[in-house]
Amino acid sequence: MSAFKMPALGADMEAGTLVEWLVKPGDRVKSGDVVAVVETQKGAIEVEIFLEGVVSNILVPVGARVPVGTVLAQIEGAEGAAPPPPLEPAAAALKPAPQVLAQAPPMPAITAPSSRLKITPAARRRATALSLDPTMIVKGTGVEGSIRLADVETYASGAKLARCPAKIGLDLSQMRQAIAAAMSRSKREIPHYYLTETVDLHAASTWIERYNAEKTPVERILPAVLFLKAAALALREQPHLNGAYENGAFIPSSSIHIGWAISLRGGGLIAPAIRDTDRKSLAELMAAMRDLVERARRGNLRSSELTSPTITVTSVGDRGAESVTGVIYPPQVAIVGFGRVVARPWVVDGRIESHPLVTVSLAADHRVTDGHIGGLYLAAVGRLLQEPDKL
Amino acid sequence: MNAPQANAAARMTYREACKQALREALLSDPRVFLMGEDIGRYGGCYAVTKGLLEEFGEERIRDTPLSESAFVGAGVGAAMAGMRPIVEIMTVNFSLLALDQIVNNAVTIPHMSGGQFAIPLVIRMATGGGRRVAAQHSRSLEGWYAHIPGLRVLTPATVEDARFMLKGALADPNPVIIFEHVMLYNMEGDLPSDMKVVEIAHAKVHRAGRDISLITYGGSLFKALEAADALAAEGIDAEVIDLRGLRPLDTKTILDSVAKTRRCVIIDEGWRSGSISAEIGMRIAEEAFFELDAPLRRVCSREAPIPFAAHLEDACLPQVATIVAVARELVRPS
Repeated sequence: MSAFKMPALGADMEAGTLVEWLVKPGDRVKSGDVVAVVETQKGAIEVEIFLEGVVSNILVPVGARVPVGTVLAQIEGAEGAAPPPPLEPAAAALKPAPQVLAQAPPMPAITAPSSRLKITPAARRRATALSLDPTMIVKGTGVEGSIRLADVETYASGAKLARCPAKIGLDLSQMRQAIAAAMSRSKREIPHYYLTETVDLHAASTWIERYNAEKTPVERILPAVLFLKAAALALREQPHLNGAYENGAFIPSSSIHIGWAISLRGGGLIAPAIRDTDRKSLAELMAAMRDLVERARRGNLRSSELTSPTITVTSVGDRGAESVTGVIYPPQVAIVGFGRVVARPWVVDGRIESHPLVTVSLAADHRVTDGHIGGLYLAAVGRLLQEPDKL
Repeated sequence: MNAPQANAAARMTYREACKQALREALLSDPRVFLMGEDIGRYGGCYAVTKGLLEEFGEERIRDTPLSESAFVGAGVGAAMAGMRPIVEIMTVNFSLLALDQIVNNAVTIPHMSGGQFAIPLVIRMATGGGRRVAAQHSRSLEGWYAHIPGLRVLTPATVEDARFMLKGALADPNPVIIFEHVMLYNMEGDLPSDMKVVEIAHAKVHRAGRDISLITYGGSLFKALEAADALAAEGIDAEVIDLRGLRPLDTKTILDSVAKTRRCVIIDEGWRSGSISAEIGMRIAEEAFFELDAPLRRVCSREAPIPFAAHLEDACLPQVATIVAVARELVRPS
């Protein structure tokens, strides 16, 4: 018998509401099956299972909001196949981390919410007595919105659980809170350093024009696809930018799953993973991006897409600014930004020509890498973009 | 004299209760005498001692010159010599002229003499604002005296405390100051017929409630009670604590109340900064922090000299509406 637990769908998630069960007791499940829909601050997420067996017991009813780690269901005959860790350590692929990293003092595990919870002393003590996680209480009714005793009692008495099933879809104010929490944590904990590089897109633009000319509109690709692929391939050369920094140590990832930052209509941002970005063809990447954007905007992503990014890429597109320097999404250690493609004077062989240019930026975690690595990475991205046909 | 009739509940003013307390003390102990400005022929500036000169004579009801330092000092000396002086200072505003006698002599002599001298001195003073008598006559400095170890500071707010606290004060071998709020003198109340004594060491739960504690003393007690009535009309059940004395402070009654209601507003006519309300709030924070379900709040006087003009004076002093608003915000935040 194994336990299927509420997954953490990102560094900023503390709890989720179970809005739909897609299996019932007696159903056979296998790894990768979507078994439930969980409402988070990022919308309704289809949660996959990484166990194989028969669902024997469903423990959390629809409508219940439970903390990450709560057992949702029990799976009979499961081989104990644990859910894959979001990152597969790439021990062999990497040189040993520099000594200075190994000696870095471990960071305290981050369990507290990043914005300080406003809760009265009496309420906190009552929550502790009830073994309740007070961070689960979303709305306080006390002074300045603080959580007070009555809120804990109400919550404990199940009034919150009895509430009608959570509405499915996106709650943008909730998402704003989630972004606020994650970004505050990032700026507080991660010593960012920033680099930028201007890359000539003459070759890339010419190549895309030619490529698209022969394609139907659905098959055409955007410059962003080249950016994504180049960013992924360059990571093979600089693996210290790809992975997670957790509990005081950097855990590199052997796979490259780029989190693609998608801005949502009406505000909000989400960065689901495009798995194995470096191994997908440009056409596959374009399809993946289309699919992700569509599902993200519907609030309909899968749990694995939210948990697996190893780095984030943000591309501001045609209507964005000329350059963007991002804020790292914890526990990742880097974020790559592509600004708007602009036509500017560019010196070629001593002559000034008009070239399409893009400013590529890197914000990286200084606990893991230094500007030297970052510079090499940006140089690699720039070099890869000069040979678009090889991407 | 209108002494209370035996075995019958008596309705009387706070002023009358003060007078009866003094009369009882004069009758029961020949060592007791009164001293102060205008307390004899004029009958006291608040008419508390009116008639006592005729009854007890000049030996025991002594008019003094306008010299607080001199007559309070004389009171200290008389107490050392075995008398039981009751000294009246017209208002707390003028007591500052006698601070040296009170703080440096009355309080320290028992200590510095190694207990060879007791100072059983009782000082009565009027305190507080509301009478449109401007800045120099309207202060609430009782919190200052509550700062001094060695003093007992009493703040009778009710007719029964006005009537019976004096007895306990005279029984204390150390100096005691009794603060009578100027707005209370005309207030009427019932004195239970069987009542002979009140003890002076404890605060009193004047009105029980479960939602919020209104902690106050003296002249603000009735504002707090009125606020509690208004809150009750909104379904908020306020408990009203009358401290009755500011030193020693009955912390237990305060903490028990806050542990029950988990919220409190302290109402103090003194200024907020460095006030007795600050002390009370801090004790709650120190000893009942984990009981609290809302921030601590205070309703104090505006930090300005109390103005003469009626509307300005009203705006400066704690008022019922403010107490209600602050309490409501803690119990039912909008």
